Amino acid sequence: MSDQVTNILLVGVGGQGILLASEILSETFMLAGFDVKKSEIHGMSQRGGSVVSHVRYGKEVFSPIVPEGEGDILFGFELMETCRSLPLLKKGGKVVVNDLCIAPPSVLMGQEPYPEGLVDRIRAGFPDVLLVDGQQLATEAGNPRAANTVLLGAVSKRLDIAEEFWLAALEKMVPKKAFAVNLKAFLLGREL
Amino acid sequence: MKEILSGNEAIARGAFEAGCRVACAYPGTPSTEILENTVNYKEIDSSWAPNEKVALEVAIGASFGGGRALATMKHVGVNVAADPLFTLSYTGVNGGLVLVTADDPEMHSSQNEQDNRNYAKFAKVPLLEPSDSQECKDFTRLAFELSEQYDTPVMLRTTTRISHSKSIVALGDRVTGLPEPKLVKNAAKLVMLPGNARVRHPLVEERIVRLGADGATMALNRLELRDPSIGIITSGVCYQYVREVLPHASTLKLGMVHPLPAALIREFAAKVAKLYVVEELDPFIEEQVKAMGIAVAGKDIFPICGELTPGRIRQVFAKAGVIPADQAAPQPETAAIPLPPRPPNMCPGCPHRGVFYALNQLKAYVTGDIGCYTLGFMPPLSAMDTCICMGASIGTATGVVKVVPEEERNKVVAVIGDSTFLHTGINGLMDMVYNNAPATLVILDNRITAMTGRQDNPASGFTLMNDPTNSIDFPLLCKSLGGKHIRTINPFDLEQTRTVLQEEMNRPEPSVIITNKPCVLVKREGVFQKGPVYTVEAEKCTSCRACLKIGCPAIEWRSGAGAKGKAYIDPLLCTGCDVCRQLCKFDAIGRSK
Ligand SMILES: Cc1ncc(C[n+]2csc(CCOP(=O)(O)OP(=O)(O)O)c2C)c(N)n1
Repeated sequence: MSDQVTNILLVGVGGQGILLASEILSETFMLAGFDVKKSEIHGMSQRGGSVVSHVRYGKEVFSPIVPEGEGDILFGFELMETCRSLPLLKKGGKVVVNDLCIAPPSVLMGQEPYPEGLVDRIRAGFPDVLLVDGQQLATEAGNPRAANTVLLGAVSKRLDIAEEFWLAALEKMVPKKAFAVNLKAFLLGREL
Repeated sequence: MKEILSGNEAIARGAFEAGCRVACAYPGTPSTEILENTVNYKEIDSSWAPNEKVALEVAIGASFGGGRALATMKHVGVNVAADPLFTLSYTGVNGGLVLVTADDPEMHSSQNEQDNRNYAKFAKVPLLEPSDSQECKDFTRLAFELSEQYDTPVMLRTTTRISHSKSIVALGDRVTGLPEPKLVKNAAKLVMLPGNARVRHPLVEERIVRLGADGATMALNRLELRDPSIGIITSGVCYQYVREVLPHASTLKLGMVHPLPAALIREFAAKVAKLYVVEELDPFIEEQVKAMGIAVAGKDIFPICGELTPGRIRQVFAKAGVIPADQAAPQPETAAIPLPPRPPNMCPGCPHRGVFYALNQLKAYVTGDIGCYTLGFMPPLSAMDTCICMGASIGTATGVVKVVPEEERNKVVAVIGDSTFLHTGINGLMDMVYNNAPATLVILDNRITAMTGRQDNPASGFTLMNDPTNSIDFPLLCKSLGGKHIRTINPFDLEQTRTVLQEEMNRPEPSVIITNKPCVLVKREGVFQKGPVYTVEAEKCTSCRACLKIGCPAIEWRSGAGAKGKAYIDPLLCTGCDVCRQLCKFDAIGRSK
């Protein structure tokens, strides 16, 4: 095992299920035999604000937060929040982002438009971008609400962890009755 | 067995393993999940107290009765619990007592960033500081043991990054063979009248000296000698950051931050060429090291305000020449793109929204308080003028009306949530009525402590262990405090809300208005009911934007619709509260058919 620590950032809007996704990631890494730390801020952020969750794994992990500019993968649940967190990524970092826009208050109130051309702006700094239509693929898997799991599948493809650990973590963390759909969604994402 | 636990989950686990019998708390970020987890261990009696002072007093009683007891709170909660804490230091304990203070450097969810290590020094009690979840569990166990061994309450301090970070923890079993609790009289130790307290105080002084000496050999203070050219004294999450940023530096990792192990610090200082303290907030360790006559760098190069991060520490060390400048911090690949902010907002269907809309319209001077309703400060509601600490709204209103000219007094309205009113608001109302302050108090009773994640409170009708219990009758409570003008309103009825507010504001006497709609997040069956969803009839919408003035996240302005844009209601978010319909003069908003 190399001493390298891998840094993953999950970003989006409060209520999007980011905490569960980051728990599944952490569980997977632990099952695969790595040291894991993760960190996020809850509290005010639950009320529809921006959320950033940090997950780090490797042989030995010290800081629970990803040092600025050292993120390996940015896992974005929403476009604008993904852009906001780009400075956390390292040069050549990868982006997997859900093709979804959630209007912040100023946009809801018609004071300014939702910013345009965000995907291009991401690509300008980080060429390795996978834009995922999470809702569409999740609908194919049987439930539009499994969009996060599709994305998780896409992220899993970009990490060097055997499939068995992902599946074991999913089985442990996802409620039994939703497991079949989530498994399908995950595997669809893994094909991307 | 290994599990990934947050610091808070690990503290709960540590309490369980330590044989803790009673855990009591008032919720507060980032401490809340500790009690939400102790409640999963049936061996621990877990309860929400109405405030932190009561929580600590319950723990004190359990300790005096012979059981191990835990009290947890956020940093500002210790201000509320400080009175019992300082004298508990004199009495000491019977069963071990641990007080967790969860500090919030950077103020992620707090009104100040006070450094509660100072409380340990002030109250002369030991304070442990874990640096990951494993230590959260281990130090909690150890804290109970130290508490009994040294006859002292022990503080355990976390910060947001410790409480809310997760890491791998090896689980252990619950200890057995602790003495059974029973009543034992010992007035000389437990009745703190001057005569007894004068006997106890020297014991407190002697205890802290002994702990400081013993600390030099305690395993939780760890001297790690690596490169002798640089030595760093640190603790808590900063230890992890230092290891990340300067893996070769020697470190003195302190697990007990008060009292400091002076002998160990001297030993470390003698072994390294240049000494630094890396600590968040106050120069707590640094000043004491300096007082020992040891040269050390600290807040001369590190900020006092805000939390530290690996990046911030790297920058400081680069500036100080410890790290080559080109390794200071990776330059971001893209300059931060200016984007609209995404602040937190009240939920769709929140019963607080209409009240703040009315207060804004009435141009009230609102003395506010702490809870979800503090978001009433933000535009477009913009109806809060002060906010200090929990319970402060009422005293502040009483004070304001004492000084402002008579014609302005009817503008002053105090606003407080149910949990906050029960926490420390009751005394404020008692005073307002007793001293006849002509202000108006609005109690926003949403049946729950929403801000911190919808915990039950003495008005919710359930305990933390989910047993049905008494639910406080607010009108009756206010009446018993002497209130003469007490009215209940439906906050979703804007007309009624505004009229009643106006009438009570105009009354030159104290008055109380109580709202009666539950939080949309209450999960318990039958408390909150979603109504029929509303829609905008595009033909009737005149683009007047009146419905946007309540800032409901379910209402969206679609600038592309029609010539001037139109409002749209997201059916997935709408709860059917009806408030936006009342704002539309053109009947464009109605229930979906
Ligand atoms: C002394 C202290 N303890 C705890 C907190 C954390 N806290 C902030 S608001 C709040 C309770 C809010 O509940 P309530 O008054 O019912 O308002 P709601 O959020 O339900 O609208 C708590 C516990 C605090 N800020 N200060």
